[in-house]
Amino acid sequence: MIGFQTLFYKEILRFWKVATQTVAAPVLTAMLYLLIFGHVLADHVQVYPGVQYTSFLVPGLVMMSVLQNAFANSSSSLIQSKITGNLVFVLLPPLSHWELFGAYVLAAVARGLVVGAGVFAVTAWFAHMNFVAPWWIAIFALLGAGILATMGLIAGIWAEKFDQLAAFQNFLIMPATFLSGVFYSVHSLPPFWQAVSHCNPFFYMIDGFRYGFFGQSDVNPLASCGVVVVFLLILVSFGLGLLKSGYKLRH
Amino acid sequence: MAAIQIRRVEKSYRSLKALDGVSLTIEAGEFFGLLGPNGAGKTTLISVIAGLNRADAGTVAIHGHDVVNDYRQARQLLGVVPQELVFDPFFTVRETLRIQSGYFGLKNNDAWIDEVMHHLDLTNKADANMRALSGGMKRRVLVAQALVHKPPVIVLDEPTAGVDVELRQTLWKFVSRLNREGHTVVLTTHYLEEAQALCNRVAMLKAGQVVALDTTASLIKRISGSQLVVRLAAGALPAELQTLVSHPDELMSGNRQYTLRVNDCAEVEPILSKLRLSGAVIDDMQLHQADLEDVFIQIMEGEK
Repeated sequence: MIGFQTLFYKEILRFWKVATQTVAAPVLTAMLYLLIFGHVLADHVQVYPGVQYTSFLVPGLVMMSVLQNAFANSSSSLIQSKITGNLVFVLLPPLSHWELFGAYVLAAVARGLVVGAGVFAVTAWFAHMNFVAPWWIAIFALLGAGILATMGLIAGIWAEKFDQLAAFQNFLIMPATFLSGVFYSVHSLPPFWQAVSHCNPFFYMIDGFRYGFFGQSDVNPLASCGVVVVFLLILVSFGLGLLKSGYKLRH
Repeated sequence: MAAIQIRRVEKSYRSLKALDGVSLTIEAGEFFGLLGPNGAGKTTLISVIAGLNRADAGTVAIHGHDVVNDYRQARQLLGVVPQELVFDPFFTVRETLRIQSGYFGLKNNDAWIDEVMHHLDLTNKADANMRALSGGMKRRVLVAQALVHKPPVIVLDEPTAGVDVELRQTLWKFVSRLNREGHTVVLTTHYLEEAQALCNRVAMLKAGQVVALDTTASLIKRISGSQLVVRLAAGALPAELQTLVSHPDELMSGNRQYTLRVNDCAEVEPILSKLRLSGAVIDDMQLHQADLEDVFIQIMEGEK
């Protein structure tokens, strides 16, 4: 357990020591999104009856920040350690694949949640927020962060160069988050794109998370939760398998 | 029980056979040298021992614990100083050593961390960030990181490559002390005089195979012998001594300098008396003791 605790602590310290870049910057970005999109669209769009567009946007931005930062933490930590070679410091000690997985993923979840809390603290000033089902907020934030943290771990193990990781991030993570209903309800889309959106697991994370605030969503939160849990379990077992086999880490 | 038991280890990278059936037993308490030219497989072998690489075939055990199936015990008993100068730029020296202790399950390890830093002359850099250290200082931290858990088996992969005299002396003093206290030490180096001075036993690797394995003393004795170099001011080399000349072209050239093979110092006096009786006058004379470098060159060239 001490090995796991130490690696978790080290991973937390790693992003906390550069918090301007890892926490403050994404909070500022999210606030800019809110100010600009809120200003442009607030008078034109109403997604749910009785919910202002700015209020609708806040949970989406919070969740997007949680997801992107959870992914960024585990993936960048691993790729940096691989490229600079200091990954040997965790490969030489008697750390099991469970400990490695737990420490990298939970630290990334922590960063996602810290940034998410920061985004909420800043953006909530600009909108009227409700908390209809706070448990759903917590559950979807945790599950979503866990999913992206695990995806970050997998991408960090797989990528051998920064540009490969950037490709993973720009061509997979970014489109999947932007097209998941952060800025709109998928009900406003044509039927074909609605169907496509329902194949995107990110959609269920954001939709369920938003339900916690407004008590309204595109899909029943219990169903969303089911999809998200299954997706998480698949990723966790895949990530653990990679670590256990030593894929691209122990040659 | 052997400190490190290596049995028929094979490892290939695509078409390159990096390790070709290496078997070695390193006993507890030994100071063991692993020598060989670049690309001989030394670092690959160390990586297999450390669990950084997985062997295609064969097994490695540390004090009886298999490095794959029983990796937790094996790694707990092993401290490895990697060849590459790597560091984590986010932390200070002390943080680095505390974190490394934690990975090995140790909390409150400061007393030992302080002792290691003291012996490696790192104490006044304890709170410096890793980025701010010179190459030599980073190397010292790497050594300290390998020792945080007091491993009974210590492996150093070219720890003195590109390192100044002071650090070499500091390092060898400390590592020799650990060896006297019972730690097994395995060393790879290109400085053969270091290996000769420190290692009680040596293995030489070439193209992934062990081509020599013996105590350092008997390797030197067995293979090379010593050489007596004489230059004559007058007279010629008597016929009975010409068979001892190791480079035949010396007999052809006119500069009257000859390198004679001798097995030990007792053979020197009879040679001198034969020269005297033949009327030759010695201008200059040197006795060149064979060293590990001669053995190394002979073995590596002999295998070509």
